[in-house]
Amino acid sequence: MANVAVHLEGHQPSLQTHVHDAVAAGAAHAKGQQHPIKLYLVVWGWLFVLSTFSYLVDYFHLHGYLRWSLILLFMMLKAGLIVAVFMHMAWERLALVYAILLPPVAVLVFVAIMVFESEYTHFIRALFFAAPA
Amino acid sequence: MAETALTNSAQSPVLTPGWRGIADDWSSDQRAFKNVSWGKAMMWIFLLSDTFIFSCFLLSYMTARMSTTVPWPNPSEVFALEIAGHHIPLILIAIMTFVLISSSGTMAMAVNFGYRRDRTKTAVLMLLTAALGATFVGMQAFEWTKLIMEGVRPWENPWGAAQFGSSFFMITGFHGTHVTIGVIFLIAIARKVWRGDFDHGRRGFFTSRKGNYEIVEITGLYWHFVDLVWVFIFAFFYLW
Repeated sequence: MANVAVHLEGHQPSLQTHVHDAVAAGAAHAKGQQHPIKLYLVVWGWLFVLSTFSYLVDYFHLHGYLRWSLILLFMMLKAGLIVAVFMHMAWERLALVYAILLPPVAVLVFVAIMVFESEYTHFIRALFFAAPA
Repeated sequence: MAETALTNSAQSPVLTPGWRGIADDWSSDQRAFKNVSWGKAMMWIFLLSDTFIFSCFLLSYMTARMSTTVPWPNPSEVFALEIAGHHIPLILIAIMTFVLISSSGTMAMAVNFGYRRDRTKTAVLMLLTAALGATFVGMQAFEWTKLIMEGVRPWENPWGAAQFGSSFFMITGFHGTHVTIGVIFLIAIARKVWRGDFDHGRRGFFTSRKGNYEIVEITGLYWHFVDLVWVFIFAFFYLW
């Protein structure tokens, strides 16, 4: 942004250029996602802990709803930490946050459709293709 | 608003917060992402499209697995390793997960040091991230080799449903490709940081424009996304 401004108005190093520089710098540099290193280390630690937990779910052979709720819980917590802190979503303006995070929700509809579809396919296969008893 | 029109500057100095801000940003008849550069916005939009690609892979895997009448191979056993005489389930995948998470940690710190204009630390942390990424790809190559030696093919495997192989090679292969591209991307940007391109305003080879340290954050977005996708693959493919 700064480059463009300087290029276009290079012949008149005016207030305009300064304004553009300030705006660009304000957008990209000065505010540019400055957070204490400690925050990243804490999130890193949590990601390790959560990964260990989800590994232990398998290690201790948990089954059924308990297994699934734990796996999904740890998965969502990890994904949330990565997107919010590592990818800085927590500090972005809502216009960007919703533009990026809402569309994937449509995938859940697709999941629901395919669950119905595969149950139907499974039913038909069991009916016609299962090995004769 | 009149001032904005007069000076034709990119934005009004005060941005509305909260829900009201969404409406204001999107209806401003200007760019919708006010304090985000085009590079960062484009990376986010690319990542959104990539999200749909990986979602489709995981969905096709789910559909195959739920609709087959043949038992699905148990990933816990398939990916187990013998280490020092002990049979440990899923251990290779657990180690790969920790390696990738560590690389995300070093990347996040690289972004931080980039904005502090500490180019040595930034470059070193980026190269460390790349090294961890390469380690991950190496372990994945080992995993593929092991499974292929055991007879897993996209059309058959010794343990159960034939779709196991095709799903496995498709999903982990596409993810591994992303990691590999990320490693190349990281090394390319780390070289620029190390050389001081963003301190001296050196012009880019392709673009002939000066870059700045924001490219470290944009590279980081891609890298964290690769880690994010692995979180979902780990949960759905390996832990199901």
